[in-house]
Amino acid sequence: MSTLIVTDHHVAPAPTKAKVVQPAWVRTMHWINAVAMILMIMSGWQIYNASPLFGFSFSRSITLGGWLGGALLWHFAAMWLLMINGLAYLITGFATGRFRRKLFPITPGGVLTDLKAALTFKLAHDDLTTYNYVQRLLYAGIIAVGVVIVLSGLSIWKPVQLQYLTALFGGYDVARYVHFVCMSLICLFLIVHVALALLVPKSLRAMIIGR
Amino acid sequence: MLRKRRFLVPGVDKRLLVKDAVKVMPDLTRRRFITAGASLGALTLLTGCDVLDSDSADAMLARVSKFNDAVQSWMFNPNAMAPTFPESAITKPFPFNGYYDVDDAPDIDGKDWKLEVRGLVENKNSWTLDELYKLPQVNQITRHICVEGWSAIGSWTGTPLRDFLKLIGADTRAKYVWFQCADKDGYNSPLDMESALHPQTQMTFKFGNEILPRAYGFPMKIRVPTKLGFKNPKYVVSMEVTNDYKGGYWEDQGYNSFSGS
Repeated sequence: MSTLIVTDHHVAPAPTKAKVVQPAWVRTMHWINAVAMILMIMSGWQIYNASPLFGFSFSRSITLGGWLGGALLWHFAAMWLLMINGLAYLITGFATGRFRRKLFPITPGGVLTDLKAALTFKLAHDDLTTYNYVQRLLYAGIIAVGVVIVLSGLSIWKPVQLQYLTALFGGYDVARYVHFVCMSLICLFLIVHVALALLVPKSLRAMIIGR
Repeated sequence: MLRKRRFLVPGVDKRLLVKDAVKVMPDLTRRRFITAGASLGALTLLTGCDVLDSDSADAMLARVSKFNDAVQSWMFNPNAMAPTFPESAITKPFPFNGYYDVDDAPDIDGKDWKLEVRGLVENKNSWTLDELYKLPQVNQITRHICVEGWSAIGSWTGTPLRDFLKLIGADTRAKYVWFQCADKDGYNSPLDMESALHPQTQMTFKFGNEILPRAYGFPMKIRVPTKLGFKNPKYVVSMEVTNDYKGGYWEDQGYNSFSGS
């Protein structure tokens, strides 16, 4: 009996540790970001409807806030959640070396090979701790889009106080389009991301319980 | 015009999550900060979609909006000028904008009109339009940004508000200048003193080189290029220098009160 416990004690931690795919901080920040993103996108659509950039509006059934004033309140509340969580994620990602380990290198050859394998359903998902090249490209790309959507948002919000940032985007009017394009890219990413997570359920499980 | 009027009603709700989050945080700023972040996530995760329409969500959003007022006031740089543009950049025609049709815009007789001055000022005499026209005027070509997202560049000429405040002996340590207007339903809007004293904040009497047309706020508009459009009141009939927050037409309905650009 006691031998068994001792054995367990010595052997168990090593494989358990190796099996952790997503550490707690990644999981926590991932889901906070998911909530923040959805709030930002849905309230953003309602704000867009007040003065559409293109010849369409978003159905009110998928927007948040009820009217422009309500949507702005949600948008400028959820922005704190998005920004603080996002900043903490970037800092931790760089400081722990996770970005370097998991997302790099990204080579064109690797991306092409993995993309071909993915499209023919031959891509292996045995080892969730290593991201394939398509994943690396998408995850690094979406982090960059996340940074740009926050910066373009800030330049729309504060075109006088942060006028140098606004000028960097080509002015107030252009920044609105940049903000919209980033939103569209995030929505496209979301569709692919959720579809793939459902196709490989153990990756979803890893993002919930860690392994 | 179906607008919700229930935002920003002070002390409406004291529901558990917000209250609890607030209780454990010592410092006011940090408290609001945490409420902004933690409650949003917690409320949404715990109660799902119902929260989006509940009073506790409204109360939480109102708190965050007040916090955002403080953040924007902190961000506001009195020396940062709104970008100016060449005449060729002026938007033509400059859009009429209001919560009513242009035909319902106030039709004011400039001969009868007087600007009433109230509150913490030494000289409370009213001003006729002729008297105001005699004050030194400056021109600015700046971008008007609407809360809806669109923007338009216009040319405004008038007297810097800070010069006028000096002239009437206003207590510039007061918190707000509160404007009342002749729009139907009684438009009004508070302007924080820092923004009121900004060099580009202007009592506008001309659009382009012509007397301010009825559509743009005759006889007087307050042009604040560091604020969103709804903080630029038109058809102004009185200004009051005050320490009290008296609310505003849109502010009371939920638009962020500071709404700086």
